[in-house]
Amino acid sequence: MNKMTYKDAATEALTQAMEADSNVFLFGEGVDNINGIMGHVKPAFAKFGPSRVIDTPLSENGLTGFAIGAALAGMRPVLIHQRDDFMSLTLTEMSIAAMMRYSSGGKHKVPMTILSFIARRSGEGCWHSQSLQSVFAHFPGIKVGMPASPIDVKGMILAAIFDDDPVVILEHRHTPMFEMRGFVPKEVYKTPFKPKLVQPGNDITVVTTSIALLDALDALGTSDDSEDGLQINAEIIDLRWLKPLDPEIIIDSVKKTGRLLVVDTGWSFCGIASEIVAVAAERAGNYFKCLPRRITLPDTPCPASEALLKNYHPNPEMIIRTVKEMIK
Amino acid sequence: MEASELLGLYSGIFKIRAVEEKLTELFNSGITNAPVHLSIGQEAVAVGVMAALKPQDKIVSNHRCHAHYLAKGGDMKKMFAEILGKQTGCCKGKGGSMHLFDDEAGHIVSISTVGAGIPIAVGIAVALKMRGDSGIAVVFLGDGAVEQGVFWESINYASVQKLPILFVCENNLYATHSHILTRQPSEIIASRVKPHGIATCRIDNANDILRVRNVAVAMSSLARKSKPAFIEACTYRIREHWGVAEDGNLGYRSREEVERWKENCPLKNIRALLVKKGLADEISEIEFGIIEEINAAVSFALNSADPDREELYTDVFAEVVE
Repeated sequence: MNKMTYKDAATEALTQAMEADSNVFLFGEGVDNINGIMGHVKPAFAKFGPSRVIDTPLSENGLTGFAIGAALAGMRPVLIHQRDDFMSLTLTEMSIAAMMRYSSGGKHKVPMTILSFIARRSGEGCWHSQSLQSVFAHFPGIKVGMPASPIDVKGMILAAIFDDDPVVILEHRHTPMFEMRGFVPKEVYKTPFKPKLVQPGNDITVVTTSIALLDALDALGTSDDSEDGLQINAEIIDLRWLKPLDPEIIIDSVKKTGRLLVVDTGWSFCGIASEIVAVAAERAGNYFKCLPRRITLPDTPCPASEALLKNYHPNPEMIIRTVKEMIK
Repeated sequence: MEASELLGLYSGIFKIRAVEEKLTELFNSGITNAPVHLSIGQEAVAVGVMAALKPQDKIVSNHRCHAHYLAKGGDMKKMFAEILGKQTGCCKGKGGSMHLFDDEAGHIVSISTVGAGIPIAVGIAVALKMRGDSGIAVVFLGDGAVEQGVFWESINYASVQKLPILFVCENNLYATHSHILTRQPSEIIASRVKPHGIATCRIDNANDILRVRNVAVAMSSLARKSKPAFIEACTYRIREHWGVAEDGNLGYRSREEVERWKENCPLKNIRALLVKKGLADEISEIEFGIIEEINAAVSFALNSADPDREELYTDVFAEVVE
């Protein structure tokens, strides 16, 4: 096992997938540019060149359709959008990709991967900061993953590329996650379509998506004691895959702890946090010792100003405050 | 042209016409209320283009897909069964009349969201080129689809990447009830496509199947050399946008215009030619065979089982292999 950053683990997944299967190709806006999508496609471009790492026009919806067609014809395309925001342009073709299998009575498969990035930086504002995972998870037929560690970003990208359905992988490019180092196996492996129990505990179940895992670990990692001496043993679960949602680990945890907090990088309204709370209420509502809570983006667009932004994204302080309210 | 080829073209048009007349009958007798989008009046485009294609060529169609499906050799039994919502349909009853496909025949998919199938055909052309497969991608679209962003994204990309693709635009002047001149600056589409570096040809009367077939031969041979090509085929939908009736009562188009195009019927046109060549007996024989085939297909569909209740929940995702 070697230690590498989240960013480099993702890069390795793309290169190894192309080595493993000649039907895999990468394409997107600027994939052959100087920075190579933050370095992601540089080794692949160096090794396979412009015939399999293809720079494209700025046509997100069209590109998504091109991927569908290539996938129907036997390829395993990986379409890269530099920002999640740009995927709002792809809804038509994403809905086609989602339902192609069903509308053909199961005869068609669309093995395509959409890889994109959630950004978080002051000054970027409404249309360079979106976290649209719940939008895509809404469509029956699309799988959606949000890797939150180096080992998972590699395994989830590989799982996506070699899956026979359209899969959206949303990396988080905020520095604490993108530059985070961890052990990553050298070989090709696939992360299972299940949540990951990151930290066991008995007092409260905290389910996180993407970078919210780091906030939860910061707030509730076992090495931390709370200021007033209150020991909180939080069970932290990284959701990893919004779709397919395998809730068993979460349900078992809630039955044990009786408390549920969900922390998500998206908006609260009709978001994945709402879905998790609903599933837990339906399956383990009798076990709740207190009302379940969500920490998400407020239902407002993302402001540009640093002054406003500090209360926009979930952070460890919000998590500690909420958990204390739930446990007191 | 050889008599056999002419008879083949006649057979293709007659088959589509007779299938859609049968659908009209099924609709009017209440056996189905499926939202059928009939191609009556436009058949020569499908049959003429398909006459220029090879079995390995892949087509993508749209909501008005019956003609393309039949002309490419799609299974007629599975078509009727699909429209009637049966388990034996080409999509197991989950796709319906607007989503016909037959992989074995090379009809890859029909997409009912206007324009959304166009980039899929481009993607098929990308794959054909990358894999070095012979064959071209052919996509059928209407004049309304030209107003979609993905149309221009698609022709741009096909041109930049020099893809083996043929775009066939059936310009029937109306998007549902809106005339093209309320939607576009000109009735002529090809001249706006040409500057993208695409070979274009406008067929003023695409109800002349010989003209369609000859243009398709020329344009598909360009596509085979990775020179993307675009055919604008001017034709006319005789029936309502969806459903089986004529719609002169709605007033969005003049009765004179409809009558003029009915007079210029693709089936009548080729029949007249064949009769003049003394092939009337052969025509009768072809028609008899097709009617038999249709009756068998309808009876197959009517006698097929409905999908099981469980089918509602299957085919959403791939089977999980642990």
